[in-house]
Amino acid sequence: MIDKGIRIAGLKKRYGFGDTAVDALKNINMYVKPGEVVGLIGPSGSGKSTLLKCLGAVIEPTFGKMMLGEEIIYDNGWLVGDIRALRRDKIGFVFQAPYLIPFLDVVDNVALPSMLAGASNYNARSRAQDLLKALEVEHRAKAMPSHLSGGEQQRVAIARGLVNYPPVILADEPTAPLDSERALIVIKILNEMAKKFDTAVIVVTHDEKIIPTFKRLYHIRDGVTYEEEGQGRGFE
Amino acid sequence: MISLAGRDILHAWGKFVFTGMGLGLLIGVTLIMAGVYRGMVDDAKVLLDNSGADLWVVQQNTLGPYAESSSIYDDLWRSIKAMPGVKNAVNATYLTMQVHFDNHDVRTMVTGISYGGPGTAGWPPYLVAGRHITRSHYEAVADIATGFKVGDLIQVRRNHYNVVGLTRRMVSSNGDPMVFIPLKDAQEAQFLKDNDAIWQQRRRTFNNPEFNRAGFPGLIDAVIDDQSSNQFVNTVLVQVDHKYNIEETAENIRKWKRLTVYTRHQMEDIIVGKLIASSARQISLFLVILALVSAAIVAFIIYTLTIGKTREIAVLKLIGTKNSTIAAMIIKQAIALGLIGFVVGKITATFGAPLFPKHVLLEPADALRGLAAVIVICILSSIIAIRAAIKVDPAEAIGG
Ligand SMILES: Nc1ncnc2c1ncn2[C@@H]1O[C@H](COP(=O)(O)OP(=O)(O)OP(=O)(O)O)[C@@H](O)[C@H]1O
Ligand SMILES: [Mg+2]
Repeated sequence: MIDKGIRIAGLKKRYGFGDTAVDALKNINMYVKPGEVVGLIGPSGSGKSTLLKCLGAVIEPTFGKMMLGEEIIYDNGWLVGDIRALRRDKIGFVFQAPYLIPFLDVVDNVALPSMLAGASNYNARSRAQDLLKALEVEHRAKAMPSHLSGGEQQRVAIARGLVNYPPVILADEPTAPLDSERALIVIKILNEMAKKFDTAVIVVTHDEKIIPTFKRLYHIRDGVTYEEEGQGRGFE
Repeated sequence: MISLAGRDILHAWGKFVFTGMGLGLLIGVTLIMAGVYRGMVDDAKVLLDNSGADLWVVQQNTLGPYAESSSIYDDLWRSIKAMPGVKNAVNATYLTMQVHFDNHDVRTMVTGISYGGPGTAGWPPYLVAGRHITRSHYEAVADIATGFKVGDLIQVRRNHYNVVGLTRRMVSSNGDPMVFIPLKDAQEAQFLKDNDAIWQQRRRTFNNPEFNRAGFPGLIDAVIDDQSSNQFVNTVLVQVDHKYNIEETAENIRKWKRLTVYTRHQMEDIIVGKLIASSARQISLFLVILALVSAAIVAFIIYTLTIGKTREIAVLKLIGTKNSTIAAMIIKQAIALGLIGFVVGKITATFGAPLFPKHVLLEPADALRGLAAVIVICILSSIIAIRAAIKVDPAEAIGG
């Protein structure tokens, strides 16, 4: 299926103007299929976070093209009217730290993006419950985030990223605070969820523990992507 | 959609309750201040109502008898009484002074009332204990707020008075309780400073060879007697026959006598506009200060709470929360804080008011105005926090 997933061609991002301008992204080309988990690695300052922000429609690229499925969302300028809704409906985020909302319980943390998208509380919560079940944290559904272990929190955060069934999940160093066993569990979960919900997952990472798990990797050096065959076989 | 504001408040309820209580004490003080003002206006009205008068006749071009001193001859009432429309006209004196009882002084408004009975202008309309004054000397009816009891012997200047009756809510516009005594005694009290002054005056008269001449026995006594009597009163209280127009009657008196005449309405304007005005200005200044302090507290707390949630706000924005939703969340929290404060404040005011020495009149309309002001202040105070929240960049959630 060529018509799903995320596709980036010739993307550039320049910060600032004139003498102080920084070309953080110079030539980014990527394609991630639905159900696939790719790694995005590169040295510090190479542009990983910048790329993630562009993909996440949090900052505007300077040049290039981005497609979500068949929809061209960026072509030298945004082609979608409501960037906020695009983020809400089409992109799931998983961060280095779980960043759960401390005043909402687990199930509402997961359900919130769905409620924001207009689902009824009941539907959003039942969808959240399903995801919590898939991620094996449904027994903590009524707990407050601060009462969860780090690994549980990260799973809840993944559930939140998935609740609107976005075609893309962007994960920013999702395993950084975890030990290797838990880190591998999180990557395994991301692989399973990608399969299950046909989601394209991009994992930005420094983490040596998980790099060997990717089947395919993008290396970014000085704002330019290089595709690599990974050593991993996914979790098939 | 769930209420983000509500959930956050439940989660951080301690902060809200404690800040709300602090705010509530301020609001309580504010309500009491407003109540003090209302109480003063109310006292003034009660004072005027209880005098039973339709018109106050006072010295020309003065704002007497309550707001300014006024002195008129004590026989004027006869000719006023003879004027058309006048049902009754009686003398009255008002003097704020210390009344001595049981080794302490009580600040009161000593009121001299003419011979008559209940229903006569100037007389207390009703008693809560004892009886009215029946003798023409040395009997007193005191307001219960003086602390006196029936049977107490009180001292006004150099004379002692027997408290025969008690009233309630008979106070001057300053809130001083009233003590009613017969007019003659009051005139004397008003004229005579105190024992010492009288003694000095007598000695000087006595040593004056003009008055103390050999061969004129009785002259010195006559002079001293004349010096210690007083033919002035502060006002004549007029009751108008209800078949006559009050304003026209007043105009008549003004025309024929060189006197100033005030109607009930004008009198109220004088007391509220002149006598209470400076207190009112003080109180309104306090209200403004309290409003500013409350605003500062709400603004500070809401801002601190918001800044403490920068990361959560970035995440909320990243996952697609509208700025307006976040602004609404902050405003609702500010209003919740205000409402907690208002409830605490109202309770504080209700239970605190009786502890105040002044008459505090808490009017429901003032409470409603206070509530509206609190809500407006809270909304305005949340603007800084909202601006900070709107500036939060969703990219912050992703980090470097
Ligand atoms: N807001 C900005 N304004 C100007 N320059 C920026 C900004 N953000 C990032 N840069 C620059 O762009 C380049 C890429 O930064 P980026 O944060 O994408 O790197 P990174 O790959 O995420 O690095 P790290 O692994 O250290 O997080 C860096 O040279 C950085 O200094
Ligand atoms: Mg980075």
